[in-house]
Amino acid sequence: MEKFKTHTSQAIPLNIANVDTDQIIPARFLKATDKKGFGDNVFRDWRFNKAGKAVSNFSLNNPLYSGSILIAGDNFGCGSSREHAAWALVGFGFKVIVSSFFADIFKGNALNNGLLPVQVSEGFLNALFAAIDTDASTLFEVNLEAQTISIKGTNLSESFEIDPYKKTCMINGYDDIDYLLSKKELIEAFELQKPY
Amino acid sequence: MKKTLFDKVWDAHVVDTVENGPQVLYIDKHLIHEVTSPQAFNELEERNIPVFRPQQIAATADHNTPTLEQHLPVKDELSRKQLAQLSENCRKNNITLYELGHKYNGIVHVMAPELGITQPGMTMVCGDSHTSTHGAFGTIAFGIGTSQVAQVFASQCLLLSKPKSLRVTVNGTLKNGVLSKDVILYIISKLGTNSGTGYFCEYAGDVFEKMSMEGRMTVCNMSIEMGARGGMIAPDETTFDYVKGREFAPKNEAFDKKVAYWKTLPTDDGAPFDKEYFFDAEDIEPMVTYGTNPGMGIKISDTIPVNNDPSFKKSLQYMNFEAGKSLIDTPINFVFIGSCTNSRIEDFRVAADYVKGKKKAKNVTAWLVPGSKQVETQIIEEGLKDIFNDAGFELRQPGCSACLAMNDDKIPQNEYCVSTSNRNFEGRQGQGARTILASPLMAAATAIEGKIIDITKQLN
Repeated sequence: MEKFKTHTSQAIPLNIANVDTDQIIPARFLKATDKKGFGDNVFRDWRFNKAGKAVSNFSLNNPLYSGSILIAGDNFGCGSSREHAAWALVGFGFKVIVSSFFADIFKGNALNNGLLPVQVSEGFLNALFAAIDTDASTLFEVNLEAQTISIKGTNLSESFEIDPYKKTCMINGYDDIDYLLSKKELIEAFELQKPY
Repeated sequence: MKKTLFDKVWDAHVVDTVENGPQVLYIDKHLIHEVTSPQAFNELEERNIPVFRPQQIAATADHNTPTLEQHLPVKDELSRKQLAQLSENCRKNNITLYELGHKYNGIVHVMAPELGITQPGMTMVCGDSHTSTHGAFGTIAFGIGTSQVAQVFASQCLLLSKPKSLRVTVNGTLKNGVLSKDVILYIISKLGTNSGTGYFCEYAGDVFEKMSMEGRMTVCNMSIEMGARGGMIAPDETTFDYVKGREFAPKNEAFDKKVAYWKTLPTDDGAPFDKEYFFDAEDIEPMVTYGTNPGMGIKISDTIPVNNDPSFKKSLQYMNFEAGKSLIDTPINFVFIGSCTNSRIEDFRVAADYVKGKKKAKNVTAWLVPGSKQVETQIIEEGLKDIFNDAGFELRQPGCSACLAMNDDKIPQNEYCVSTSNRNFEGRQGQGARTILASPLMAAATAIEGKIIDITKQLN
């Protein structure tokens, strides 16, 4: 996993609540047996109509917006556990997703793929949308070590929560398998005397 | 200290605690299927890590399997490859697989309980969010991502922070025509799609105590639709009777010993919950959804609420419904009875009981997709197939089918489908398809009438 310390970029707004993982990557694209290519189909049915033509007013297609930060509405990533959703967002080039609320499984999947979910207050989320509305080239800075997200060129900033263990993993590029394998002896001992 | 059912099962499975961090939780059973496992097998292979406890894994093919002519090679090339990959991965790693055509093949959350793989007090995971289904047995069961599938392959454990606890209590007697599906759709409509996020939910009260295991599975299945990672119901005699005698259930003395342990699991009186909700059974009616998330549900006698939120409006626009209107009399051309929510024998008995002696409306295509080969066999043996055939319904072969439309079972663009599945997201049942979630009884009635009706008017 890639290391993550700070990230500065423009952002793409997606001001819709309850974006589910079926929208992020529709089920018909889940037939691959590797992690490649999902980025091409991220938000497929919002980005393209049934004839395959790009939907021009969808924010990911709007030339006004670019960058590797996605700013999304409340309860992002609800629904299916498909990690393909995280692979699709990473594949498209996103490094950070900002929302006022993340669904549980999606959040874990994002963290396991070096994609940082940043949960902000509703007020700050609105400030982020407003900043892009005013100037689409606004830069945003996410500092994982300091656990802050700020709007460059302003004094607007907010801190965010992250599990300390997951923070260490993201900063150092570690994953859970390494940690669990280091506990093998404990796991084997547990199996010999399960309390149930 | 007084403990909840969840606390008791969780605490018994903690191997270790990371300082200021998550816990190492031992996983008893790991279920896998073709869609969310291949990348996990690849990862292990690339890192040269063996599967640690293959005998604690059970595999099935369900998500992209066809529901017609299962004896023939799968037509879709990508699906065929993915299924072949699962077979190959299971063979290489000594994992039991109930592949297409096997007498135990079926939807992962139907197959495992009916084989007795699911038992009270266990921890179970699967790369599928509806793993919450197994909580009906008093099991900690939840969906995981593919990275976590790889972690369980490697270590039979997961690194997790203990979720908070939530209890939903429903007391009273359900009205005629109100099924377990209506109970959970009602709860989600009241609590919303993210009220359970970060929580594990226990369902308590008379309504769940009186429910069959099939009904309890329907309820726990949809816990994830209110954001909860899992749902649980305390194991009782109904649970023990269901598990007893099943293929992988403990036998004889071993079973009695387990039952004695399982009886210690229910929540202690006075154990604290982080959040509690109470509902009256008498307030629940047959439910239908009108929007694009499972929280957007109403009683059949209610009208679609008025709400100026842009996301809400976008949702109604997609569904082509109007705020303030009733769903009754909406013409419907597609009906789907199936999915890990409602594809067990009880669901087909309810539907057959209603359909018996009637004919489906001419405009309706009605698909019945059993949850497993065993359910399919039961449908035939109990004579339900004949009832459905006479009524013009089509009984297909088991699989996830039109719940997520990964195979050919897709609802056409702009068509409504009254569906017993769990998600009414945009395009879930096919690009542009419009899903209305309901119980098997409501679905059967819709197929007969060709439109949505208030079933209670017929029953009372």
